Amino acid sequence: MADYILTDQKKVATRDAYGKALVELGKEKPAIVVLDADLSQSTKTVNFAKAYPERFFNMGIAEQNLMGFAAGLAAAGKLPFASTFAVFATGRAFEQIRNSIAYPKLNVKIAATHAGLTVGEDGASHQAIEDLALMRALPNMTVLVPADAEETRQVVRAAAAHSGPVYIRLGRLAVPTLFSTEYTFTLGKANILREGTDVAIIANGLMVSEALKAAAELSSQQVGCTVVNCASLKPLDEETIISVAKTTGAVVTAEEHNIIGGLGSAVAEVLAEKYPVPLRRVGIKDTFGESGRPEELLIKYGLTAQDIVNAVQEVLKLK
Amino acid sequence: MLTAIRQMANQIRQDIIEMLVPAKSGHPGGSLSAADILAVLYFSVLKIDPQNPQWPDRDRFVLSKGHAAPVLYATLAEKGYFPREELLKLRQTGHFLQGHPDMQKVPGVDMSTGSLGQGISAAAGMALAGKIDKKSYRVYALLGDGELAEGLVWEAAMAAAHYRLDNLVAILDYNGLQIDGKNEEVMTIAPVAAKWQAFGWNVIEVDGHNVEQLLQAFEAAANHQGRPTIIIAKTVKGKGVSFMENQVGWHGSAPNAEQAEAALKELREEQ
Ligand SMILES: Cc1ncc(C[n+]2csc(CCOP(=O)(O)OP(=O)(O)O)c2C)c(N)n1
Ligand SMILES: [Mg+2]
Repeated sequence: MADYILTDQKKVATRDAYGKALVELGKEKPAIVVLDADLSQSTKTVNFAKAYPERFFNMGIAEQNLMGFAAGLAAAGKLPFASTFAVFATGRAFEQIRNSIAYPKLNVKIAATHAGLTVGEDGASHQAIEDLALMRALPNMTVLVPADAEETRQVVRAAAAHSGPVYIRLGRLAVPTLFSTEYTFTLGKANILREGTDVAIIANGLMVSEALKAAAELSSQQVGCTVVNCASLKPLDEETIISVAKTTGAVVTAEEHNIIGGLGSAVAEVLAEKYPVPLRRVGIKDTFGESGRPEELLIKYGLTAQDIVNAVQEVLKLK
Repeated sequence: MLTAIRQMANQIRQDIIEMLVPAKSGHPGGSLSAADILAVLYFSVLKIDPQNPQWPDRDRFVLSKGHAAPVLYATLAEKGYFPREELLKLRQTGHFLQGHPDMQKVPGVDMSTGSLGQGISAAAGMALAGKIDKKSYRVYALLGDGELAEGLVWEAAMAAAHYRLDNLVAILDYNGLQIDGKNEEVMTIAPVAAKWQAFGWNVIEVDGHNVEQLLQAFEAAANHQGRPTIIIAKTVKGKGVSFMENQVGWHGSAPNAEQAEAALKELREEQ
């Protein structure tokens, strides 16, 4: 186990870590402006709004215009962070992101919260399960999915340092803080959290924590797991993916997203072309979510450590 | 100066016709209707430097009706951003003059456009940046009348008024036509002036082919404080080429060599 993995894992939502990171960065980078669409309390951009009211702009409930303004601000030299829920950012404003941000390669950071089923009680209309598929298919777009609060802090800084459009996927639910400040996120790089020779579990977002739990459980059954945190969904660290496929010969992916178009698909594409090994994808099985407590939804939709354990057992049979 | 601008508008119209022939596709109608507006902007109003297209303090121009790329390219070439000969390679594989404006490829293009409704939103964002940075540059955006059916136009209009972007000037190329017919047949946009007034904009109405009126309108817009301005410019789609004027069919098809010759003859006679 990597020594930056904490034993005392406090629960913090990645959206909260985002809100804090923005305030920190705002001091260092005067070019940062933050835009929201009437959800600043929920996306946590409210922290920035309080700290730097002259650099915060509420665009009202108008997500297309949120992206258009962000594009214009970036074209004129500002460093805009645009936030709203992931469903509205990538769905309602998809074509604004495509034509006004990604195509002209403008320096806009889209930090979308409330991604995935763990939105919970608000139900399927508010649970983005396809946002990564949409963003990943856009040329010029960088797509980042932090696993915890510390990684979010680093991802936000990396996004600000990178020149060009970035999509950051954040969650509503408080999730375990896995990493100490010793952890290092690098854009385009995956991190190997633990090594074993039987199977590689490649996860991102809140499923990293589940992957670590699954690996602990499997080790008691004498199954050695490599666990990879793939926060940089695009650019994807193909080298690490191929290397863990080589050392283990079997791969399981785990993500809080539709199995179509997200991490599972990205890994499948790389393996199919470059180093085919048996693969199982843990994720939302091409269905919309529903209202409910986040923890219950994760169980109902097959997104737990136990589901990863089951997938590992299946994939081992194919070796 | 008025005569010089009028002559430039005529030259831009000739360039538009000439460049569309080898391209074999493109949009003459909405390009010709905006030629006087762009001639006035680029040869009198805009503070720009063709030698330094990225000058941070320059005025910006966003062609929100991006399909009228030919009028923008012709104007930029006449202004010296790139050689006029390049115009003849419009839309060809590997050439920088894309079918719709690409800010990464074309010097002088301040925003990539083509998807209607998006340009005005980005232009407003640029104007907001100017306010934040306390710069004196101004941002201009040209809209089509059919484009006004896009919801995003009104999202942007509302926000520009909310943030008091008096450094933003929209110009409406009010030629009455879009692709499937007249505005009233496709989607009623009237009353246009009242809509913009209701959204909190300063509204000026002019003849979009009258250079003097356009100059006065831009000056009035520059002097107006606290609100963005829209100049509603009544125009004729296909203006300057008799057989293209008010013909919806000339929205998006290029003239052949023979038609171009006839068009150029008319334009030269007018010069
Ligand atoms: C979002 C979007 N929908 C559709 C089109 C296709 N389109 C290109 S031009 C046009 C008509 C535009 O009419 P108008 O705004 O009146 O332009 P003009 O008459 O000045 O050429 C349409 C529908 C587009 N470019 N963008
Ligand atoms: Mg029109």
